[in-house]
Amino acid sequence: MTTLSTRTLSHLDWLEADAIHILREVAGQCARPALLFSGGKDSICLLRLAEKAFRPGGFPFPLLHIDTGHNYPEVIAFRDRHAAALGARLIVRTVEDSMARGSVLLKHPGESRNRHQSVTLLEAIAEFGFDACIGGARRDEEKSRAKERVMSFRDEFGQWDPKNQRPELWSLYNARTHKGENIRAFPISDWTERDVWQYIQRERLDLPSIYFAHTRPVVRDKGLLRPVTELTPAQPGEQVEQLRVRFRTVGDIPCTAPVESEADTIDQILAETAVTTLSERGATRLDDQTSDASMEERKRAGYF
Amino acid sequence: MSNPHEFPNEIDHGLLRFLTCGSVDDGKSTLIGRLLYDTKAILADTLGALAATSQRRGLTELDLSLLTDGLQAEREQGITIDVAYRYFSTGTRNYIIADAPGHEQYTRNMVTAASTANLAIILVDARKGVLTQTRRHSYLARLVGIPHLVVAVNKMDLVDYDPAVFARIQEDYLDFAARLGIGEVRFIPLSALTGEMVVERGERLGWYDGPTLLEILESAPAAHTEQPEAFRFPVQYVCRPRDAANPALHDYRGFMGRVEAGEIAIGDPVTVLPSGFETRIKDIQLGGVSQPTAIHEQSVTLLLEDEIDISRGDLLVRTGAAPEAIREIDACVCWLAETPLSPARHYLLRHTTREVRARVADIKHRLDVNTLERGPATQLRMNDIARLTLKLAQPIFPDPYVVNRATGAFILIDESTNNTVGAGMIKESEHLPHWRQAVTQWAGDCGQ
Repeated sequence: MTTLSTRTLSHLDWLEADAIHILREVAGQCARPALLFSGGKDSICLLRLAEKAFRPGGFPFPLLHIDTGHNYPEVIAFRDRHAAALGARLIVRTVEDSMARGSVLLKHPGESRNRHQSVTLLEAIAEFGFDACIGGARRDEEKSRAKERVMSFRDEFGQWDPKNQRPELWSLYNARTHKGENIRAFPISDWTERDVWQYIQRERLDLPSIYFAHTRPVVRDKGLLRPVTELTPAQPGEQVEQLRVRFRTVGDIPCTAPVESEADTIDQILAETAVTTLSERGATRLDDQTSDASMEERKRAGYF
Repeated sequence: MSNPHEFPNEIDHGLLRFLTCGSVDDGKSTLIGRLLYDTKAILADTLGALAATSQRRGLTELDLSLLTDGLQAEREQGITIDVAYRYFSTGTRNYIIADAPGHEQYTRNMVTAASTANLAIILVDARKGVLTQTRRHSYLARLVGIPHLVVAVNKMDLVDYDPAVFARIQEDYLDFAARLGIGEVRFIPLSALTGEMVVERGERLGWYDGPTLLEILESAPAAHTEQPEAFRFPVQYVCRPRDAANPALHDYRGFMGRVEAGEIAIGDPVTVLPSGFETRIKDIQLGGVSQPTAIHEQSVTLLLEDEIDISRGDLLVRTGAAPEAIREIDACVCWLAETPLSPARHYLLRHTTREVRARVADIKHRLDVNTLERGPATQLRMNDIARLTLKLAQPIFPDPYVVNRATGAFILIDESTNNTVGAGMIKESEHLPHWRQAVTQWAGDCGQ
């Protein structure tokens, strides 16, 4: 009647099974979920997990991208291509639309639009009546995320209150909401950056080209590399260098920094990740350095 | 690389989830910081921020405990207000640490952190020995069914690394552990501050010839290796593609879920609950690809030989090993919400993927987690633990918690706020016989 299982799951298989379980809980509990897809590596993993979770059926949610208008063109092209290849419905809402509506006001034209994505996201949630948004955030990314729930509750203003989160026990996720409230679901909460790269390698996932080493003009800025683009030109006195770099995260151009690297295959990236001495956000986010608690402040305001 | 699916020089010993219990004063944050630091899990920029913060606070050395200080609110208050999760890897094994804080909301946080852990490190201050809170931590770890307990006698540097201190604490602990019915416990002397016996052996605890803390973690059975139970598969979602362009999928009905106990193979006989229909497994799939079997903790899609109406909340089990339908459950419940439990109200009970209405028929007793004494109660407040009888509007099909954490646990939800307000563990009873000898070892029980 009972059998003793001697086979066990490897850590990556366990993480995969866990993420699939979470995706299916969202589909089973929420009436109108969406999956936040940016073309970044974490959300690319989410889409492979969604394929494993729901094939041969279609995805029980559309993909949603909040576009700052400041993304690398390679990433946007990848986003469209990838969504089409999966036969998924892609909804794009732009910060520029919010600016046109007057709901986003920039302090000056050059201000990073990263923070303002929250407004556009909340507008998209209201427009489509989404009761859950599935995201690729991980607890190892940043201090204030270490206590994030797998199913994170946001009130009708989209606010995250760290003191008012639901206890999360066993695998019994509670994604219930009242009208106007919203759940942010994070299926790869327990994955580390290395797990993500290992999964990309194992599943042979395609990535936007800027994840791999390429030559790019950059300037050195407070210990980080700042890409020189139309949006982020070199300032007088700054020295522009042509360096071999790759991006570890892709996001808004003004707040995403590449790292020096010769890695142009997943294997080489994994080898670098194993010996790297900078955390992912620390090496690549120009916006998190302003304050130890800046992510927390953005999340309270409705950020991903 | 010969095989792209293999990582060179990497043996995968799976993933171990463990819990650290202790108060601020026990050096818990320092111990976690030490584990992360000595396994090289802390990266340069984090270390830089740590050095800057340590300096700002007027400290001359790196304060490793600052590594686990997460949110603004708690940094302001200097306390840890919630369960935080940390990650590290040794190359052979990956770890998830659930870090539960030690202030007055302790019970709720510890039960939450413990619910997914397979090992608990209970910190004892070598100068203070076994305290009330040591008993409370041990009791809660057992209550929530953590199979492996490690008592870490910390701050050995402050008692001159004296083996007699360690021996006395060990003796005291075993004395009350026996009374709690706690079986296997491991003891280790260490200093989180100096790092001795955490990852490195160091020099001043030479009289201790057991494994280091990290060696204990490396060799502890991971959660998903100890599952000898009968097949249980709660249905999460039903896949019916009905794709007009693909007539082959017209009759496709895939039942999606995770194997919560045991394993299953194509051809195996299964019973659907609550309907009781019997059929066989026609196929096991993941991402539309077939596989011959599915094991514990694998997420898969099951296809059945017969067309049976099945929806979310139903349970597939091996025919002949079905659990009983239960409409009255006897359980230990930990109350999680600021609003007290009210026997006058109905709650929503979530067991696996099944939701039923429930009301409290009887509070048998409340347990004082400090004295471990039982007393009468008419309501439960946050952090209370009690033995309850719950009446259910529809049946559920549980196993005793002691047999299977996944199918023996439930949460209670307050429908007016949708908050998770209670965490329950179902007791064995005449309907739920404990058909496993190990049951006698589970003293983590809130009384008969």
